[in-house]
Amino acid sequence: MPINVLMPALSPTMEKGNLAKWLKNEGDKVSPGDVLAEIETDKATMEVEAIDEGVLAKIIVPDGTADVPVNELIALIAEEGEDPAKVEAPAGGGGASKPEEAKSESKPESKKDAPAAPPANSEAAPVPSKAPPVPTTGSGERIFASPLARRIAKDAGLDLKAVKGSGPHGRIIERDVRAAIGKGVGKTEAASPAAKPEAPKAAAPAGAMAQGMSADQVKAMYPADSYEEVSLDGMRKTIAKRLLESKQTIPHFYLTLDVELDALMALRKQLNDAATKDKDGKPAYKLSVNDFVIKALALSLQKVPDANAVWAEDRILRFKHSDVGVAVAIDGGLFTPVIREAETKSLSAISAQMKDLAGRARNKRLKPEEYQGGTTAVSNLGMFGIREFSAVINPPHATILAVGAGEKRVVVKDDAPAVVQAMSVTLSCDHRVVDGALGAELLQSFKGLIENPMGMLV
Amino acid sequence: MSNYDIIVIGAGPGGYVAAIRAAQLGFKTAVVDREHLGGICLNWGCIPTKALLRSAEIFHYFEHAKDFGLSAKDVSFDMEAVVKRSRGVSGRLNGGVGMLLKKNKVDVIWGEGSIEAPGKVTVKKATKSVEGPPKEAPKGALGPGSYSAKHIIVATGARPRVLPGIEPDKDLIWTYFEAMVPKSMPKSVLVMGSGAIGIEFASFYRTMGAEVTVVELLPQILPVEDAEIAAHARKRFEKQGIKILTGAKVSKVDKGKGSVTATIEDDKGKQTITAEKLISAVGVVGNIENLGLEKLGVKTDRGCVVTDGLGRTNVPGIYAIGDVAGPPMLAHKAEHEGVLCVETIKGLHTHAMDKAMIPGCTYCHPQIASVGLTEAKAKEAGYELKVGRFPFQGNGKAIALGEPEGMVKTIFDKKTGKLLGAHMVGAEVTELIQGYVVAMNLETTEEELMHTVFPHPTLSEMMHESVLDAYGRVIHS
Repeated sequence: MPINVLMPALSPTMEKGNLAKWLKNEGDKVSPGDVLAEIETDKATMEVEAIDEGVLAKIIVPDGTADVPVNELIALIAEEGEDPAKVEAPAGGGGASKPEEAKSESKPESKKDAPAAPPANSEAAPVPSKAPPVPTTGSGERIFASPLARRIAKDAGLDLKAVKGSGPHGRIIERDVRAAIGKGVGKTEAASPAAKPEAPKAAAPAGAMAQGMSADQVKAMYPADSYEEVSLDGMRKTIAKRLLESKQTIPHFYLTLDVELDALMALRKQLNDAATKDKDGKPAYKLSVNDFVIKALALSLQKVPDANAVWAEDRILRFKHSDVGVAVAIDGGLFTPVIREAETKSLSAISAQMKDLAGRARNKRLKPEEYQGGTTAVSNLGMFGIREFSAVINPPHATILAVGAGEKRVVVKDDAPAVVQAMSVTLSCDHRVVDGALGAELLQSFKGLIENPMGMLV
Repeated sequence: MSNYDIIVIGAGPGGYVAAIRAAQLGFKTAVVDREHLGGICLNWGCIPTKALLRSAEIFHYFEHAKDFGLSAKDVSFDMEAVVKRSRGVSGRLNGGVGMLLKKNKVDVIWGEGSIEAPGKVTVKKATKSVEGPPKEAPKGALGPGSYSAKHIIVATGARPRVLPGIEPDKDLIWTYFEAMVPKSMPKSVLVMGSGAIGIEFASFYRTMGAEVTVVELLPQILPVEDAEIAAHARKRFEKQGIKILTGAKVSKVDKGKGSVTATIEDDKGKQTITAEKLISAVGVVGNIENLGLEKLGVKTDRGCVVTDGLGRTNVPGIYAIGDVAGPPMLAHKAEHEGVLCVETIKGLHTHAMDKAMIPGCTYCHPQIASVGLTEAKAKEAGYELKVGRFPFQGNGKAIALGEPEGMVKTIFDKKTGKLLGAHMVGAEVTELIQGYVVAMNLETTEEELMHTVFPHPTLSEMMHESVLDAYGRVIHS
């Protein structure tokens, strides 16, 4: 009996992923722990490891296959004594034909590959699953349906995502749509204007969103040979989707404040100089300004707990700890790993954790739970000399702090010009959660901590 | 006693295809037949009639050589040679089926099969064949005996329906068996029934010069076809000199010396027509007898075995496919049903075929081809329609071929754009219809059909234009 290798779930909420690359070929011997393939979700790339010994007999889902449902059969491993050439995919052809059978056989594997369910201490858990509904427009993922099925669904206001296809390779055909309409599933909001007003709908239904220009419309505006087309990877699609959603569904406003850095720079130097060095002369830590910013924001959220919250459709979720996301630019996009309970962590601990998270973000090796959750984020473009900017809130966060460059400025002090180190920060706020005065209070607290940084050490 | 996974009774197009598919799926398979591999289709139906009609078509071209700027003198035919060619075509394909079965390691058991009990097939020596004496077994075939199989598929086909008082006698009253192998050319032929079989023989004999009368009980010839298409065909047939009586019944047949005189009644009264031969083509009935089906309690209805659409009867282990499993009695339906049945036995994911998507072809001159609902049936089903029509005279290729008569008609559901039916009459339409069949099976709407590029110059462009016409966008009409 060949061993089924199934599409692993990389997170509890994952429904599908892309099979990025096979690292073993058909016919290769595999031992437990060998990396078989790389799976890519919209953010992370994870490895599928072999759990059994044998020969990779058949690759069923090839390299570069997008949107492979979790638990779909992706390969078969022939056990010892089995002829790999004779190993065959279960009859019935395409799709997740025999999910029950497959599941039971490969339990050890999926258990190992799937990260454990979020630990009890993770406040993040309820957030991602309750995220506001994603606008369906431009999500870019293809649903296979016959033209007739598509048209009948459209006329009936039926969302094809809610329909299971019974045609070849799971294609949605007329009878599936008719059956779904008969059962009344998958109604899109646009088609049910009479939806009960008390129904907890999103702030704005997806259907009401303005749609951008189509690819053809955009292309028509440029000479055909003047550009190259770059296809979208999962990360780019997610950035586009989430930030469009943010600007369309979150009422943003912006508060800008200048903070002086002289005291902070002095303390930072003092602390960094005091760091113990190992035998190669490498210091135990090297604090950056950003580490202070993270800590200051985390402490401020504790002081202004009303701002340590997120909007959740028909309620607000207020958090106990300060989980602060930090935007990390990487090749081709960005990640926002989260420093959990940052208010409880020392500067050196934050610094060390940031280094680890940023490093793994650049290699796309973050686990989903490492970039999900949080109520706010820090986006720092100071290293590029940007003086000030406004960041787009990363849903479901309620705020994001855009940090500019530290620089020497002439300010008026005691009615006389004085030179100080300063930087400008801009807090973007979700007005549904954080009103103007509340946001200002948060920034005030932040300013106080940055300008009197000793307060962060105690 | 040999054990099989599957035994198929009947080696017609349904049976032998089912057997090959079964062997492909790894079943140990045998097929039982008493007289010919390939069944009626290959030996006495679809294939040999196409050979005859081809001779008639070429003869027709010779007679009209002048229309093409050619001359042909002393055009005539040798009926014996025409029939010999037709039999040769069948013989060649018959041998081909034997080779296919052998290649796929399907055993052939020669004789008459019946089912003793679920799992048990008894094969006895056949006592006769349609041609008279029993036919010899092909080389390598197994003989009479008891055989066992987990699954038994009945694929025994159908035979001509016989009307009381008008029993075929192989001399004056023919069925398709005799009509296919005339010893000489009859001067006059009366064809009873205007379905595909009747009309094809009418067309053949008329083209070869016989006086032909067609009598149809229903008000329309080609009763299953769209009324507009049938009316167009009727006009063409009458122009060729075929006499057509619809809404008319043959109430009595008197056999004379070398001729039959039929009394025909319609609402206008009675008339008699005398012809050298009468061809009875009033449909076919399933071969459900002498198989042991009654004893096993297999449910039948109006001469056919009742199945669930995937070949399963009410008795586990007993299956039926093809003509014996009910209409439409067409070889391509039988083949498909055979494959579905075997795949269902294998446990593959199967769906009963949608009979509305089975095309039908009639190879008379002009040809007729159709799939799906007629306009009348579509209206009856409650659809609001968009109907498109395109005439052959608007098509460059048709004019170049010298075939300016004919029509392509398409019927869409106004609401969804679903292609409900397509109906064609004219040259080569039997080769065209499959385009629409694929479109229907893929559930395309008018939009995809309009966006499809059809090659020029071909007759298929009319298929495009007909769709355009349904939506008021036709170009060449």
